[in-house]
Amino acid sequence: MENRKKELDKNLFRPADRTEEQSDVMARKSTTLLQDAVRSLRKNVFFMISLVLLLIIVLMSIFAPVASDYTYKEQDLNRSLMGPRIPVLENISFLGLDGTQTKTFNGNNVQAAEMKAKMQFDNQEDFITFETVNEGDGSRNSAEVKATYDKYAAKGVEDEYFYFGTDRLGRDVWTRVWDGTRVSLLIAVAAALIDLVIGVAYGGIAAYYGGRVDNYMMRFLEVIIGIPNLVVVILMILILDPGIWAIIIALTITGWTSMARIVRGEVLKLKGHEFVLAARTLGAPNRKIIARHLVPNVMGLIIVNTMFSIPSAIFFEAFLSFIGLGLPSPAASLGTLINDGFKTLLTTPTLLVFPAVIISVLMIVFNILGDGLRDAFDPKMRK
Amino acid sequence: MARYIGQRVIYMIITLFLIATISFVLMKLLPGSPLANADKLTEAQQEVIFEKYGLNDPIPVQYVNYLGGLIQGDLGISFKYDNRGVSDILADRIGPSAQLGIQALIIGTVLGILLGLVSAIYHNGISDYLSTIVAVLGTSIPSFVFAGLLQYFVAVKWGILPVATWNGFEYSILPTIALAIFPMATCARFMRTEMIEVLNEDYITTARAKGLAGTAIIFKHGIRNALIPLVTILGPLAVGLLTGTLVIEQIFSVPGIGEQFVTSVTSNDFPIIMGTTMFFAVVFIVMILIIDILYGLIDPRIRLSGKD
Repeated sequence: MENRKKELDKNLFRPADRTEEQSDVMARKSTTLLQDAVRSLRKNVFFMISLVLLLIIVLMSIFAPVASDYTYKEQDLNRSLMGPRIPVLENISFLGLDGTQTKTFNGNNVQAAEMKAKMQFDNQEDFITFETVNEGDGSRNSAEVKATYDKYAAKGVEDEYFYFGTDRLGRDVWTRVWDGTRVSLLIAVAAALIDLVIGVAYGGIAAYYGGRVDNYMMRFLEVIIGIPNLVVVILMILILDPGIWAIIIALTITGWTSMARIVRGEVLKLKGHEFVLAARTLGAPNRKIIARHLVPNVMGLIIVNTMFSIPSAIFFEAFLSFIGLGLPSPAASLGTLINDGFKTLLTTPTLLVFPAVIISVLMIVFNILGDGLRDAFDPKMRK
Repeated sequence: MARYIGQRVIYMIITLFLIATISFVLMKLLPGSPLANADKLTEAQQEVIFEKYGLNDPIPVQYVNYLGGLIQGDLGISFKYDNRGVSDILADRIGPSAQLGIQALIIGTVLGILLGLVSAIYHNGISDYLSTIVAVLGTSIPSFVFAGLLQYFVAVKWGILPVATWNGFEYSILPTIALAIFPMATCARFMRTEMIEVLNEDYITTARAKGLAGTAIIFKHGIRNALIPLVTILGPLAVGLLTGTLVIEQIFSVPGIGEQFVTSVTSNDFPIIMGTTMFFAVVFIVMILIIDILYGLIDPRIRLSGKD
């Protein structure tokens, strides 16, 4: 410390310029809300990871079906229920991605257990390898045999690779899963955008004009909100022809209400603020007040609300497929794939695993993105 | 207070009337009739069947009859199950659905509150991070995914609990868990924010300054105040549970209303679909009304804002 003090020359210092005019000049440009939000989002590790994951899923859902050798509806019963098989990874045995199917069978003795295995695995004795786990003592189901069946070899399709296996109708699950992801995302994003447009317009008009217009619009909204979402969606799906648009319309018919409410509340609050009064006093026209003062201030809320409505739309689409009101076959969505997966849960759980993992990751990612955006855009909410 | 309740009830009646009207119009628009194979029946036979379902009256009369029936709890007659009223079918099946729903709601909220409390009390500690992760996963991952996991591992692989169907209490455990995860996670998140906020209030500082023990502060001043706003999310949670039962009953083959609904959707039994939808609407709306009134009773600010 002593040394450093000596090194500094007095001549290096000069008095600060402290005149009256410059006392309130800012050293740096003030950051806008957007810059501030971006900066805090960059620091949010979970947010960035989620963003990357979402990007990967979106890109895969667009390009994987195109790049695939199979189509989502191409059926071939000869190759039904194949195990997942991925090049390179197939050599790492514990991953279970080499296309073989392994199951344990119990019987009174080893022969009986092996018989059961053969029956399960198309009687293709040459392609089943047995491993005796327990010799058994002759009593009921005491013997245990682990059988591994190489269906790719048995069917003579050793040069084919079904990354996620095939379903009961022999359709390639890899292609179907990514195709379904794209359909689910499309439905969710379209529904969220339509909600946004209707909600912002409705809420904005009600709040901006206020008075009687606002009163009537809100009474109508309250009645709509009172109708349970589930009820309306089911009724709409029943009268519309099943398909992507039917689901989008059904989701938006009640979906816009929360956005309208939020936008109305926020605009009402902003309208009373001093900066709007100031702009008005200075003679700013309505359109300028809306564009320069109201819209940018409501923007954060709109983005956050849209971000949260996407995962709930994804969930609702899956839910509709589950209760039999989803997309008609052979079209795939995450919901229909999961519904199909449950039918073969006991024999080939992989059919459920892949779409279930993707829908879960998507939901988690969207929720984290929404949380991050909310914290970034609404400094008051920051904890 | 009376005025607030009155206002809410009027809205409820308007909404129910609207839903009933929409369902009626849809019933008339939709294809499907009680005649399973129309061409094999004589004119007279068709006439008898139409008479039974009241389809010979002019539409406005049918509409009035339909509304009148609704008020008396008559939801119409099923197309598929001969001569069985929809209300009858629903009454038969409400038991399992109600049991699942109530069990899940109780377990979910109690566990959720505990989890949220632990999070808030040990704010920024390891248990806080763990329960936050549990809460994020629980609110994000759909219940049917949990149902699949539970069914595959607990029931099939380990054989601890039955896979499906409905033969006593142990059959209700897995569906209840699958249903309870979402309310648990939501309650935990909500409770955590509320509790952290309450613990930062001035009256907590006062209590501390007074020399109260930490547990007394948390139990007497903290939890009681943090619990009040929790009432607001009970409505959406209960609605979510009803939606959830539709799927969960299907997965675990529970003979409840949800399972009946899904079967009716696949067999185009419109009276049951519409009747169940109507029933759901009533349950939803009455539930929300009760919760709103409850909240108005607890928190005077709400009922004051209802007066203007």
